[in-house]
Amino acid sequence: MSLIVAEGITKDYRVGDIVIPALGGVSFSIDPASFVSFIGPSGSGKTTLLNLIGCLDAPTSGRLTVAGTDVGALDRRQGATFRGAIIGFIFQDFNLLPVLTAYENIEYPLIMVQKVLPKERRKRVMALLETVGMADQANKRPDQLSGGQKQRVAIARALVTKPKVVLADEPTANLDSHTAHTVIELMKKIRDELRTTFIFSTHDQKLVGEVEILFTLEDGLIKDRRNGETKP
Amino acid sequence: MTDLFKIALRNLMRYKRRTLLTASLITIGVVFVLVFMAVSGSFKAMMIGQITDAMLGHIQIHKKGYVASIDNLPLNLNMKAPAVARIEEMIRNQKDIEASSPRLKFGGLFSNFNESTNIRLNGIYPDREFKTVPLLTARITKGKKTLSKGEIFIPSLLAKGMNIKVGDAIVIIATNKDGSVNGKKFVVAGILESVTGPGGRDGYVHIEDAAEVLRMEELEISEVAIRLKDFDQLQPVFHDLEKKLAAEFTKDGKSSLEIHTWEGLSPFYNIARMLDIMTFFIKLMLVALVLISVLNVMIMAVYERIREIGTMAAIGTPPGKIMALFMLEGFSMGVLGTLIGCSVGMLIIYILNLAHITFNFGQQQGLLLKASVHPGALLSVCVIVILVSVLASLEPAFKASRMEPITALRHV
Repeated sequence: MSLIVAEGITKDYRVGDIVIPALGGVSFSIDPASFVSFIGPSGSGKTTLLNLIGCLDAPTSGRLTVAGTDVGALDRRQGATFRGAIIGFIFQDFNLLPVLTAYENIEYPLIMVQKVLPKERRKRVMALLETVGMADQANKRPDQLSGGQKQRVAIARALVTKPKVVLADEPTANLDSHTAHTVIELMKKIRDELRTTFIFSTHDQKLVGEVEILFTLEDGLIKDRRNGETKP
Repeated sequence: MTDLFKIALRNLMRYKRRTLLTASLITIGVVFVLVFMAVSGSFKAMMIGQITDAMLGHIQIHKKGYVASIDNLPLNLNMKAPAVARIEEMIRNQKDIEASSPRLKFGGLFSNFNESTNIRLNGIYPDREFKTVPLLTARITKGKKTLSKGEIFIPSLLAKGMNIKVGDAIVIIATNKDGSVNGKKFVVAGILESVTGPGGRDGYVHIEDAAEVLRMEELEISEVAIRLKDFDQLQPVFHDLEKKLAAEFTKDGKSSLEIHTWEGLSPFYNIARMLDIMTFFIKLMLVALVLISVLNVMIMAVYERIREIGTMAAIGTPPGKIMALFMLEGFSMGVLGTLIGCSVGMLIIYILNLAHITFNFGQQQGLLLKASVHPGALLSVCVIVILVSVLASLEPAFKASRMEPITALRHV
């Protein structure tokens, strides 16, 4: 059964009296534990699509189901709860909370969103810090970390709630090629271990080469769907 | 909540200078209010203390219409002995009353055999009067602190003006209510410090001497002064007595007696009220200061952290928690300012008391400033400041919680 099903979704933005179409009727499905990327030129609708899947925005028309939930029908509070339980986000600029340490940033969703008990929190955070190779940097604040380290923390934060889907908008855009490669490998490893679906929007050719399903967007429409390497 | 509180505190410490500046503003406001309350409270307490404990008592009972004509000391509006006996019985049964003193007030001519002037006199039972207005003896600057029959306490202004000393003989001449004139010789037993306020320049004689001067066959009483055990119980006791007097002394729907607290008898009550009003307005200024300072900082905080708010919301933080975070920041700022303000304020009050500052009130010189803040008043200032801080954060916090994550994340 597909994890994500989009049926003819459109998204229009309104600026005053002008309606700007961002997505013009997109349909696709993504299975669990996929490694997927949306590519396309700027303005093609990649970020809009990711925002819709991430329940940060609602489609203008059409139906989008994520993990069996029609995300277009959720209100603000339901949306927050849904995101906290099902979705993990990795932002292009990492978006770590500056007043929290690496450990606390990863722990944050478990306290504020999922209300996990302290013992279990510690176990999960420490395990993820180990996985992303940041255990020795746990007590550092974001301003004391490099770009790659911040991105690892961001990945750990996205995964700590055990989401079904991790959405990453240009996750390697602010990283050098070596760090970007390490991060991609890390995400694949996690996908293999936890069977989490990773969905990216990217311009990065290295990342494009690593994904298993590649959607090409153009003018708000899916122009191509291509399968890459087979997932295990 | 602990974790939210931790994040709130760290956010405040992120902008140390701004937080400290805002907390300083709150601190200055709190200090100003506390010191003003302490000093004005000291002045007010001293003023009320002087008026009630040296002259008026806390409550007075008169025959209906007496207070309206009190400047004339009307002898035809005195209370008769049976009525006074019933009032005294009522007072004895009131457990909150410490002492009471019946007074026979009259005006007369005062003469030292060379010259004469007018004088207002109180005929009193000395023991009962001294218990009802305990500071009266403190006003005796010369002579003995007891009053026997045939003796008189005279105000210092009179003694000075007519060059009268303790032990001198004087004559009091008065007209009674029937128009009959009588005189009696007295020996000056003490000189009373003159004080500002009603009764502050009255003389005192024994009540039996007063009755003799006025040729009363049966003693009549102008007023009954009452002292309470606890001044804070003034209003409840007053209302209770008022009710009882109305029940006891009402005929044809009209009460024959009237009862007043010191507030209704002294013009200084208006000064006390003015001090209260000034304190209220100073508190209002503090509220405005806290409101504007905290509101300004919180609006800035929300504006500067829009992307952060977007991230928190995107991760799944419920809107209520985002709102709580910002309100906790405002709350913490209020608590910080209040704690520092209270500490500094109390320290200044302590130093003021150490400095033994004195001031004058009317004829009284060198009154010691005893600045203090009632714990309840201190608590109310703290609660007001913290509450206003939270209220000031409400709007920015609400705005933060209602932010669309997608819009917030796009913010540059």
